[in-house]
Amino acid sequence: MAKITFITTDNETITLEGTSGSVMQLAVDNNVPGIDGDCGGVCSCATCHVHVAPEHVEKTGEASEIEQDMLELDDHANEYSRLCCQLEINDHLDGIVLQVAESD
Amino acid sequence: MSDHSSHDKTCVIIGASHAGVNLAFSLRKEGWKGEIILFDKDPILPYHRPPLSKAYLSSGDTLDKYALKSAESYEKEDIALQLGFTVASIRREEKTIVLTDGSLQRYDKLVLATGARPLIPSIPGLETANNVFALRTAADVKHIRKALQMDTDKRVVVIGGGYIGLEIAASLRKLGAAVSVLEREERVLARVTAPEMSDFFQGLHTDNGVDIHTSKNVVSIAAKDGINIISCSDGSSFTADILILGVGIRINKELAEDIGLDIENGIKVNASTCTSDDDIYAIGDCTYHYNPHYDRFVRLESVQNAVDQAKVAAAALCDKAPTYDAIPWFWSDQYNVKLQMVGLSNGYTQSFLRKEDDEGIKFSFWYFKGDELLAVDAVNNAKAYVIGTKFIKENKKINKAKLMDTSVPLKPANLL
Repeated sequence: MAKITFITTDNETITLEGTSGSVMQLAVDNNVPGIDGDCGGVCSCATCHVHVAPEHVEKTGEASEIEQDMLELDDHANEYSRLCCQLEINDHLDGIVLQVAESD
Repeated sequence: MSDHSSHDKTCVIIGASHAGVNLAFSLRKEGWKGEIILFDKDPILPYHRPPLSKAYLSSGDTLDKYALKSAESYEKEDIALQLGFTVASIRREEKTIVLTDGSLQRYDKLVLATGARPLIPSIPGLETANNVFALRTAADVKHIRKALQMDTDKRVVVIGGGYIGLEIAASLRKLGAAVSVLEREERVLARVTAPEMSDFFQGLHTDNGVDIHTSKNVVSIAAKDGINIISCSDGSSFTADILILGVGIRINKELAEDIGLDIENGIKVNASTCTSDDDIYAIGDCTYHYNPHYDRFVRLESVQNAVDQAKVAAAALCDKAPTYDAIPWFWSDQYNVKLQMVGLSNGYTQSFLRKEDDEGIKFSFWYFKGDELLAVDAVNNAKAYVIGTKFIKENKKINKAKLMDTSVPLKPANLL
C-alpha cells in the first residue's frame, strides 16, 4: 500500500491510498482536478502530467523516452515531469508528493 | 458569485461512454447545480473503449482496470448513473424522454451522446453463420474470448482491414489464433491513411503471422458443421471457426431523426454542440460538426472528439459561450507499434516519410496540401507527433527540405 499526495494547481492537497494500478487511475477515481487520463493510460494524451517532488525522484525513477517525447514541447514540463499513467502503485511510492502540472 | 440558474434544472444525458461521462463530470466542474442523469443500455460501469480491441482483448485483465471513473466518483459528484436502460423516444414538446420500460424522465437540457454501433453488412448467409462477432462493447470482448477458448482450431477471419479489424487481428494473434483479414479495398486502412502507411501495416501483420488478403469482396457465407466457409467475388474462399466483423459503424441517430433534428452524416451541431433544438445538445461519434481549422464539417470517431466536445457542451450548458476548435488526434496500438496521428489528412497533395536513424521501427509520415501541414502519422515516434501537433495548431510553415533531412534532429526550431 502507498500513500500518495497530490498538490493541485489550486494548491489543494489531496492524499490518497492505493494498492495497485496506476497513479493516474487512482487520481481519476478520486476526481483529482487536472488529472484526466483521457487515453486510459497508454501514453497517448499527456493529460496526467505531474511533477515529482525533487526529494522523491528516486522513488519513481526517470521518465521513459515516450513520456519525455510527449512532454517535449510542453511549457510546463521540467526534469521532474512524469506522466503518472506510467507510475505503477507499489510500496516504493509510499509518501510520494506529486504536483499536478498546469495545462494550457 | 452569480446566481446559479441551473440549480433546479435537470440535465439528462443519453449515452454513458467517453462523451457522456466526461460531460457529466465537466458539468459539475463548470458549476451545474441541478440534477445530472446518465442513461446507457450497457449495464456495466462505463469503461474506456479503445482498449477493448487492444490490451483488454489480448490480456486476462479484468474490466475494472479500464473503468472511466470509479462508482464512488459518480456518487461524490452526485451524478445519477442509470445503466441497463434503453431510451425509446424523445418527446420534445414535453421535454421528456421515454424508456423502453415505459417510464418517463423529464429534462431541461438533453444531451445525445449516443455514439455508434457496428455496421452489420448484408452478406447472404451471415445470419446463420457460427460465432459471428463485432466489437464495440465489453460484452463483445467477453464473447470473443469465450468462443476462442472453446475452439480448438482457432481459425479466425476478420472482415475489414481498418483500425478495429487490424487491432483485433493483432490481439487474437497474440492469443494464438490463426488469423486472416479480408479487406475489400486494394489495401488495408484505405479510408484513413496513405498507401505507404497501409504497406507498413500490411507488412507488420504479415511478419506477425496474420494473413492479409486485399481486394476481397465477401459475397456469401455458408455454415457447415460448426464452421464457416466465406466466399469472395473472385472465387476464393476461406474457412473460419470465428468470424469478426470490422467493416465500420453506423451512428446512433434514430432518436434525433425521429424528432426531426437536423441530420447530415451525423447529428448536426453548432460550435457549442447544440443541435437544431436549443435544449438538445449532441456530442461524440454521433455528431456532424464544423472544424474551424480545416474549415469543413466532419464526423469523427475518436476519444479526443468525445472528450473535447463534452467540455464544450458543459461550458455551453452553464451559460458560457465556448467554441469547439480542436485539432483531431487518434492512436492505435498493434504488436510493438504505437501509432499516433494528429490532424486530418484528407485532400493532401504531397507526403513525406521521415525514418529516424534509431534502431528498430521509428518513423513519421507528414501530409501536406501545398505548404500547409495537414496531418502527421507517427510510428513509435511521439516526438514527431507532438511537433506535428504544434505546427498544425500554430499554422506554422515547415521547411520540407529540413524535415526530410534525417541528419537534422527533429526539433521545432530546426524545421523553420
